[in-house]
Amino acid sequence: MDTEVNAGFGCDLISDSLCFSRPDCLLLTGLTNIQIIRVADMIEARAIVFVRGKKPGQDIITLAREKNLPLLVTRRFLFESCGLLYQHGLRSS
Amino acid sequence: MNMEFNVRGMDFTRAGEASAKIKKALQLVGMEVSTIRKAVIVAYEAELNIVIHARQGILTLFVHPDRVEIIAEDEGPGIPDIALAMQEGYSTAPPHVREMGFGAGMGLPNIKRCSDHLDIDSRVNSGTRLKATIFNNINGE
Repeated sequence: MDTEVNAGFGCDLISDSLCFSRPDCLLLTGLTNIQIIRVADMIEARAIVFVRGKKPGQDIITLAREKNLPLLVTRRFLFESCGLLYQHGLRSS
Repeated sequence: MNMEFNVRGMDFTRAGEASAKIKKALQLVGMEVSTIRKAVIVAYEAELNIVIHARQGILTLFVHPDRVEIIAEDEGPGIPDIALAMQEGYSTAPPHVREMGFGAGMGLPNIKRCSDHLDIDSRVNSGTRLKATIFNNINGE
């Protein structure tokens, strides 16, 4: 995987992900329904990190593959995940 | 140019497809990035309002050189109090829809914020018609 992101956005609401994120961001979320892939595609997110150990279903993985959207999973909570990425230089979307 | 999409109530698998096609169409005709962003937010929120609240509806896109118009017309419960529905945080979405990340009461407020003109007509137990106009500002926001 060789994808570059220019910012991060962490959110568990569909509407806020759509309105407040910016293109080319890394989207961190605990939502694992198919709508998060549709929104990520529309906002032109480069990848999604599912937090709190949430694992997406096969339908979501299939749609993400169609959209060339890498999916990552972490057991960490949203706050901690964002904090770690911020600590390593990623800034807000 | 105009495009029309049928939207079915509670069909969360296909929900958002119409808005994605609207985005692609606006990119193809070369609308401004800020216009596309606002139009996509309006289209998606309006499409999802049909999916969440109505039995079925039609989402229509009209593209003019100076503006984009999005019309969402549905057969559904209607909105008894439009002023209340426009308030941030007010939602009648059921719990299983909220669990999917919807129902934060930001749909109509987001549509209003991204539209230059917004008209909503609604009849209880009949349906709702929403018309949003977004001007294609060449100078961006």
